[in-house]
Amino acid sequence: MNASASRLSLWLLLTPFLLWIVLLVLVPHLQMLRVSFQVRESWDTLAWGLEQYQNFFSESYYWRTFVRTGVMSLFTTFLTLLIAFPIAWYIARLARGRSKGILFLACLIPFWASELVRTYGWMILLRESGLFSSWLQALGWVDGPVEMLYNDVAVIIGLVYNGLLFMVVPLVTTLDGMDENLVEAGYDLGGGHATVLREVVIPWAMPGIVSGCIVVFMLTLGSYLTPILMGGKDSAWFTEQIFTQFITRFNWEQGAALGVLLLVLSSLMVWLGLKLTGQSLRKVMG
Amino acid sequence: MIRSVPRSRLFDALYLGYLVAFFVYLALPLLVTAVFAFNDSPFPSLPWQGFTLDWYLADGSAGRTGLFHDDSLLGALWVSTKIAFWVTLASVALGCVNAVLFERLQFRGKEFLYLLMLLPLVIPGVILGVSILVFYSGTANEVSRLWGIELDVFRPGMPLVVMGQVTFITTLATLVIGARLRKFDRQLEEAALNLGATPLVAWFTVTLPWLLPSILGAAAMAFLMSFENFNTTVMLTGSDTPLTVALFNRLREGSTPVLNAVALFLMVVSALLALFTLRQKGSG
Repeated sequence: MNASASRLSLWLLLTPFLLWIVLLVLVPHLQMLRVSFQVRESWDTLAWGLEQYQNFFSESYYWRTFVRTGVMSLFTTFLTLLIAFPIAWYIARLARGRSKGILFLACLIPFWASELVRTYGWMILLRESGLFSSWLQALGWVDGPVEMLYNDVAVIIGLVYNGLLFMVVPLVTTLDGMDENLVEAGYDLGGGHATVLREVVIPWAMPGIVSGCIVVFMLTLGSYLTPILMGGKDSAWFTEQIFTQFITRFNWEQGAALGVLLLVLSSLMVWLGLKLTGQSLRKVMG
Repeated sequence: MIRSVPRSRLFDALYLGYLVAFFVYLALPLLVTAVFAFNDSPFPSLPWQGFTLDWYLADGSAGRTGLFHDDSLLGALWVSTKIAFWVTLASVALGCVNAVLFERLQFRGKEFLYLLMLLPLVIPGVILGVSILVFYSGTANEVSRLWGIELDVFRPGMPLVVMGQVTFITTLATLVIGARLRKFDRQLEEAALNLGATPLVAWFTVTLPWLLPSILGAAAMAFLMSFENFNTTVMLTGSDTPLTVALFNRLREGSTPVLNAVALFLMVVSALLALFTLRQKGSG
């Protein structure tokens, strides 16, 4: 191929990519950033200002929810990792032959249903007229119906459930590629279980751990259905406030500022996660 | 703890117990949702009142309206299908182009553009929806105010939902198709060129058939992701509500077994699509 033909094919392939990334990602996000610095003075006049961000810091309801959402997302991510690791280890290293494939597929099954359906399932189980309540009564352990929905524990149960797949799959993939001789060498050199886990297994699994944690954290931070449907009156979630500003109050400027803050938080956590563990986004995602 | 390292009985038993508990935790919510789609009671809860197909088939005459006679739910199902169709078409086409761009061509700034391509994966879905709403709907408002021209395409509605979903589903399609293209043996293509095929013919007769399993897999995944999406969709939807949003609104009013019926229906459709994808992977 001559030079001009290869230039032509480059531009032919580059154009759709650029249209997609510029028109659907870059420009809309820059516009959101711009709108967040606007203040509406009357229905058709706008001025520049930091009022939306000042509101965020002066209204304790906003920043409290923000901090709460961040902390609960971190906690959920950590819990998901703890729950998923033994499962991934079993699938990658202990299960043999067919059972390995079957167990791996079984991990994927819940994700054939949408987040809404999964949350609905948990509501049927946990609510006052739900199955757990009925079973406890049938066993005679409690006297009346028990409400297990609409609290933070319920929200975390639901969030962990939503995140598990995205933790198990990368963990299984990295653990699968591990050389067992490394583990044996660790034991031969006199290491106990904890030492081998800390010095051999976890460093090896780090790319999988980071990639799983990033995805789960992102999903949790940005989730809307689970905290809304399973949370109580006090369990506000930050995405809910963004939604309220846009859809209920038509206050786009405030909503845009809250959106920017959420985006900054999630980007910061992703960046920190990558920096602290020495991974790159390309290695972890691509 | 590997196979060659001895373990105690107790440890094995505890590990097994943990595995069982884990899979019960995974299956339970879906199982109960499915089962209560057939309970002959107006509420999806115990006690079990007997088996019925009312929540699918009842025509409203006895005070019950099943899924197949519920026009608003069927309408929402159709809206979701149309959205998923366009999203699949657009994101798979873009995914193919992007895969070739990043796997085959060398150009300046490639590494940076690749990171840009990954970007939609690390932006929360709600934010993707909000930013598109702010830009396109805001532009439509401005145009209407300044020149009196109505750009209804950019008002909340189906086109915006499609745009919002394409934003992140394209990245996933690119990754799936790109992974397959990376494994392609370029000598096959060179052989076709040596045998006198033009680059275009070689692409359609050699490379594309090789990519086909991943293209079909990406299409199934894109359809599923689009159909199930809520976070981006809810910000952009207009008067014609897609199924997930319609279900959410119903759920806030209170739950009926019709919701279970829809949920089970969705699970079966997703499972079929997922099986289809796995078969493609297996044969490819």
